[in-house]
Amino acid sequence: MGADFVQFSLTPLLIGVLAAIACALPGNFLILRRQALIGDAISHVVLPGIVVAFIITGTISAIPMLIGAAGAAVVAVILIEAVKRLGRIEPGAAMGVVFTSMFAGGVLILEQTDTSKVHIDVEHALMGNLESLIWFRAEGWHSLLDPAALATLPHELPRIAIVCAIVVVLTLVFWRWLKIATFDEGFAQVLGIPVSALGFGLVVTAAVAAVAAFDAVGSIIVIAMFICPPAAARLMTNSLEHQIWWSVAFATLSAILGYVFAGYGPLWLGATNAVSAAGMIATASGIILGLACLFGPHRMRIGVGKEPLG
Amino acid sequence: MQPFLNALLLQAGYNATLVAVGAALLGFAAGSSGAFLFLRKRALVSDAVAHATLPGVGIAFILMVSLGGEGRSLIGLLLGSAVTAWIGLLLIEWITRRTRLAEDAAIGAVLGVFFGVGIVLLTIIQSMSAGRQAGLEGFLLGSTAGMLFQDAVVIAVGGSLAVLATWLMRRPMTLVAFDSEYAAAMGYDVRRIDLLMMGLVMAVTVIGLKLVGLILIVAMLIIPAVTARFWTERSNRVIWIAGAVGGASGYLGAAFSASAPALPTGPIIVLVAAGIFVLSLLFAPVRGVLAAVIRHRRFQARVHRRQGLLSLAAQHPIREAYTLRLLRRDGLVRADGVPTQTGRAQAAKIARDERRWDVAREVHQDVGLTGRYDGLTPIEDVFTADEIADFDRRLGPPAAVGGA
Amino acid sequence: MAAQDGRVTYPAVASVSDAPLTVRGVTVSYGEKPAVFSVDASFPAKAMSAIIGPNGAGKSTLLKASLGVIPRLSGEVHVFGQPIEQARDRIAYVPQRASVDWDFPTTVVDVVQMGLYRKIGLLRRLSGQMKAWALECLDRVGMADFADRQIGQLSGGQQQRVFLARALAQDADLYLLDEPFAGVDAATERAIIDVLELLKAGGKALVSVHHDLSTVREYFDHVFLINVRRIAEGPVETAFTTENLQATYGGRLAATHLDELSLARGV
Repeated sequence: MGADFVQFSLTPLLIGVLAAIACALPGNFLILRRQALIGDAISHVVLPGIVVAFIITGTISAIPMLIGAAGAAVVAVILIEAVKRLGRIEPGAAMGVVFTSMFAGGVLILEQTDTSKVHIDVEHALMGNLESLIWFRAEGWHSLLDPAALATLPHELPRIAIVCAIVVVLTLVFWRWLKIATFDEGFAQVLGIPVSALGFGLVVTAAVAAVAAFDAVGSIIVIAMFICPPAAARLMTNSLEHQIWWSVAFATLSAILGYVFAGYGPLWLGATNAVSAAGMIATASGIILGLACLFGPHRMRIGVGKEPLG
Repeated sequence: MQPFLNALLLQAGYNATLVAVGAALLGFAAGSSGAFLFLRKRALVSDAVAHATLPGVGIAFILMVSLGGEGRSLIGLLLGSAVTAWIGLLLIEWITRRTRLAEDAAIGAVLGVFFGVGIVLLTIIQSMSAGRQAGLEGFLLGSTAGMLFQDAVVIAVGGSLAVLATWLMRRPMTLVAFDSEYAAAMGYDVRRIDLLMMGLVMAVTVIGLKLVGLILIVAMLIIPAVTARFWTERSNRVIWIAGAVGGASGYLGAAFSASAPALPTGPIIVLVAAGIFVLSLLFAPVRGVLAAVIRHRRFQARVHRRQGLLSLAAQHPIREAYTLRLLRRDGLVRADGVPTQTGRAQAAKIARDERRWDVAREVHQDVGLTGRYDGLTPIEDVFTADEIADFDRRLGPPAAVGGA
Repeated sequence: MAAQDGRVTYPAVASVSDAPLTVRGVTVSYGEKPAVFSVDASFPAKAMSAIIGPNGAGKSTLLKASLGVIPRLSGEVHVFGQPIEQARDRIAYVPQRASVDWDFPTTVVDVVQMGLYRKIGLLRRLSGQMKAWALECLDRVGMADFADRQIGQLSGGQQQRVFLARALAQDADLYLLDEPFAGVDAATERAIIDVLELLKAGGKALVSVHHDLSTVREYFDHVFLINVRRIAEGPVETAFTTENLQATYGGRLAATHLDELSLARGV
């Protein structure tokens, strides 16, 4: 836990944990609203978003890319809603139509553009690259107090920290509205709560979290972060408040375990190269969910037989 | 244009021809088997199946290499992908049945986690000496560039088999997709047919991996089925129309992609399908948006017009701006909201028709007849002239609207 | 109202009454088939009113469209003489039990406290007084001992009582209930009706979608008969007649039903 840790592991670990939490919080509500797959749709349209942002601005700087990706997510959500309503198509199919078409468009534009000079790399966007977010100038724990070194922190860290903070604040502020509109939308409407705007806001928040997380963990694995920790948390408790805490704990645990296994696991097994940290984080969250499915105290639907699993 | 026509007419080389034929067959099989999924409201299960193929590709490669092979045999890789896709499918079923989690959460969890495992395996393969040029990333987005002849044969043969299987299983699958309870009552094993359906979807996914890639194969399963839904209300037709849309997208897309560089096959096929979808969404005769908008506006206008006339008759104020605009447009009220001569006449008529209906309901205690009343059907459409005259006799003489 | 030139004039404040609930020209349509067509209705104060009609006649649709839970194609709704948007504080709503997911991770008392969400807004803390009020509301429906129970563990009747307690917590002047007696046990039905009677005695107005014709006379003061369009409305004594029921239910009203009703009326 010395200088090497601070230099190579501290920032990717922090980024992983913050990304996991930022995704897990809205994920809780998406799951309860049976909208888990919105996360799927959002994560697939991140790629076309950044490609279009690149075409428009001609640069690969972070802010236009983030705006592009968030914009694509909003466009996707609107299109899904439009296809659902206009075509009277069930939500899953509407999502499938929209996000695959947008993804195909993104790949096509990417192939058509001369991207040899820049590094928009499809696989990179899909798989993430947590390991590369290291803190070059750090020389040990004391660098945390050194403004010069702090200035060289990978900019992904403050970005995901801000997004995570925003997600936390929004969850706290709109807690009551989210809870009642998720449980009983009609009643919420009668209370005068703007349920449609709230639902849209939730999806946009999820999109922003996905976008901020994707350059760390890649756009597909974001889906696992949206769904696995909250789903596992749902099986641990029957209280929404506790479920949120469990999901945060599971998200943190997934990020830490995943990162550690990815970095050190292969070495323990005698291999020389580390494996994808993002992939390992998703794997860890999946294992946690699997354990919750097998042993979670509240894994059963109430009223469903209590016979042992077979 | 010329290269596109060449490709379209199968003149663009042996491989391109095989790919185009294979894409058409695959598109057909994907469209029709996707239609079953869509009718079963489980379209996005295919997304999880597709993403769950990735670890299988990785495991198959590692196994083949560790057994001394080269690791690039397409059949071997596809077999591997089929195994993990199947495991993913079973896991979704298990989670949905055994825990309180809903299917969407199960789909998302399997999708994300399997993809994550796949990525881990890919990074392992990249660090293996034999794996450097494995080109497994091609399975993510599909790549027909530099495809081997035998790969093209695999796609063409696989596509044919999938079409054949769809045809053989069409009856039980239609039955289950249309009404699973009825199918169960007829003695079909619904769960097994569902699994068969999933097996077919998985086969299509696996065959399509090399062509369109695991992320976009979902589009081949979903878009044609959704498109077909706009053109018919009958489920067995959905299946064949979806097949046709899928086949056409596959063929056109593959031909287009072969006609120029930097036109990747998978995205082009998907975009062709998406184009057909958008056209259908907008312009399909009954379910299309345009048709629905026209119908809805007409209906709304009729409702407001009648509402407005009734208000005129009852001398109630009309507050809704749309109603006023409508009445003004038809010359029924003046700009200041005062009813015109025609307006008063029509208001009197509609108020009288209301009362005629009241009488009609008393005279004919017959829902078959009076049940047709929705407030918009003219009474003349339901009763004959002498019947109406009879209602009028009971009502007494008509009264004018607007005092005077 | 009509001047000599045939010009129609209206009083400045048009004839919207101060009745607890007035709907005018409400039309709702799913696709091209109207579910509720051009319905006018007015529900009186200090009374229990029933919305009655056969299945698919638009009873619940009328209620939900009035509240804005589903969109109206046309029409306007007033509550105590104000447009409904400005009178939300005076409305309490009991939705159909089946309209929510009872597997939601929450407890009974939590659900009841949701009735206070409009009052306390987003961030204000729930005061001890309000917590006590929520418990009192639960007690009034006989569910105080179940306050900390997970909602999925309740029976259908208990779920309905919790919804009623939540509406009580809203402390409104107009209570709108969507099939409160559907699928509940006899004890619950009794408990609910006792609570509703108390509300009425306290001067509140109640409007309930109801489908059990045999209890209408016993429970309600006022009826509104609907089958897509308005058939009849008025006090039970004058409007709840065989003729009106025949017009509402058509051939669907079995002869046995009518017998039952005339028995209930003591004919």
